[in-house]
Amino acid sequence: MDIVIKLFYVFLGLFIVLNWGMLMSATMSKIVARVAGRYGIPFYQPWINLLKLYTLRDSITHGVMFYLGPIFRMSGGVGIFLFMPMIFGSAYFSNFSFAGDLVLILYFQFFGMLGMALGASEGGHPYSTIGVSRGLSQFTTIELPMTLAVISLAIQYNTLSITDIVAAQQGGLMHWTLFTNPVATIAAMLSLLGAFGHSPFNLVKAPNEIPIGPPTEYHSAFLGVLRTNAAILHVVEAVLFMNLFFGGAGSWIELIIKSFFIYFWSVFVGVVFPRFRIEQSVQWFLKIPLLFGVIAIIIYM
Amino acid sequence: MTNDNKNTDINKNHKKFLHEENKIRKVEAPDGSIITVDPLNDYFLTDRPQVREPKNKVVEKFLNWARAESLWVLGFGTGCGSIEIPPLVTPRFDAYRFGVQMRPTPRQSNVFIISGYLAVKTLKRVIRTYEQMQGPKYVLALGSCTINGGMYWDSYNTINRLDHFIPVDVYVAGCMPRPEALLAGFMKLKERIKAGRAEGANEYAEKFDWYKENQKKIINDWNMPDYNW
Repeated sequence: MDIVIKLFYVFLGLFIVLNWGMLMSATMSKIVARVAGRYGIPFYQPWINLLKLYTLRDSITHGVMFYLGPIFRMSGGVGIFLFMPMIFGSAYFSNFSFAGDLVLILYFQFFGMLGMALGASEGGHPYSTIGVSRGLSQFTTIELPMTLAVISLAIQYNTLSITDIVAAQQGGLMHWTLFTNPVATIAAMLSLLGAFGHSPFNLVKAPNEIPIGPPTEYHSAFLGVLRTNAAILHVVEAVLFMNLFFGGAGSWIELIIKSFFIYFWSVFVGVVFPRFRIEQSVQWFLKIPLLFGVIAIIIYM
Repeated sequence: MTNDNKNTDINKNHKKFLHEENKIRKVEAPDGSIITVDPLNDYFLTDRPQVREPKNKVVEKFLNWARAESLWVLGFGTGCGSIEIPPLVTPRFDAYRFGVQMRPTPRQSNVFIISGYLAVKTLKRVIRTYEQMQGPKYVLALGSCTINGGMYWDSYNTINRLDHFIPVDVYVAGCMPRPEALLAGFMKLKERIKAGRAEGANEYAEKFDWYKENQKKIINDWNMPDYNW
């Protein structure tokens, strides 16, 4: 019976995360529109888009991997959610977090991208392949500073459990990793810019350049699954950084406020800076963020 | 298929225009065996488009509302009217307010704006792109050139009536119509979709032979499959 109640709360959490993710993406589009001097989309637009995508009358396939691509991507996003403690101290909204969940979540971040690479290649469009190769090479360099920051945290708190890391940050603002380990926080927050894929690092989808990158051939329900996953993934990635560096969340309200500002950080940078080319992006991640990552390790050696 | 006999002559005429890579040829496999490749049958689906009837009235009304509020426009400019599209999505007219978004690929688009005159060469790309869009799909024809040819009506290289080649939902008259007129056209299209009258994809499937006949009359170098999935 316990597992049924647990599953109920997991699905409830997923439902909240999905809807918050869509509202958040709509809010961010509105912010970007206001920066450009436009009025922007209505806040309910993502739901309508999703409804329309799932109910298109036609959809064609390019093969088995074309089906599996979005599924892999989705399992990457939902996988991170399943092992992420959302609310600190809540038995139900801790999902299936366990002693080594941090390593598993780092793995899941890459899993979705690999699945998508296989699926997008099956579509056969040259722009998909270009987008995928860019995405994989960029994400490899993003992973370096991010992983170094995470290892620094693991040495600092002597644990690989996210719940323990959050627990160690309780007791006031000055206990947050942001203040106890600022170097690792800088390295991770710089790599977060790449993980969210906003403007300086949006060369994977690169609108107007390689039309839309990996999902060029994806349409109807396939695209619906990808968009659902994007909404979930944005929130859980923000929650991961919230848990690691900003003291976690004691309630859904706190989670919503903190994840909003973490996501806003990447949008804020995005509206200010224009797009990098792939070699600029890779070199950028291998310079300053990597340097901060290495320093964060050396401090705790 | 019933139309095969009718179209045989047309098809025969067009066989000679096949590109080199679309002709039947023999290819040597890595293991040394010889394989015959027929690109038009092997690489493309040969099925015709199917009519997809709306099923439940109440559900369909709700879905039509969603489709009308989320119009994804293909970024494809065919004539001088395409210069009116950038102001439409930038601050002055800001079509995003009305659920109109630009998409870069036909697979993800629902609305095809034919923005002005159509040269024969462009018509071929338009047909190809229109057929790659996923239904229900809508066509918004811009300018008098798409209605009767406009100032190009006696040109040797442009078509006159667009709805002989693909089904059109809304015409926006003018030469050129301003972005306000285009926005009004979008509103008209929304009304049409919500009323359940924007069934262009089904119309295309129903009158497929008629459309193909018209298209092949104009396009001499037909070197693509009959239906571009």
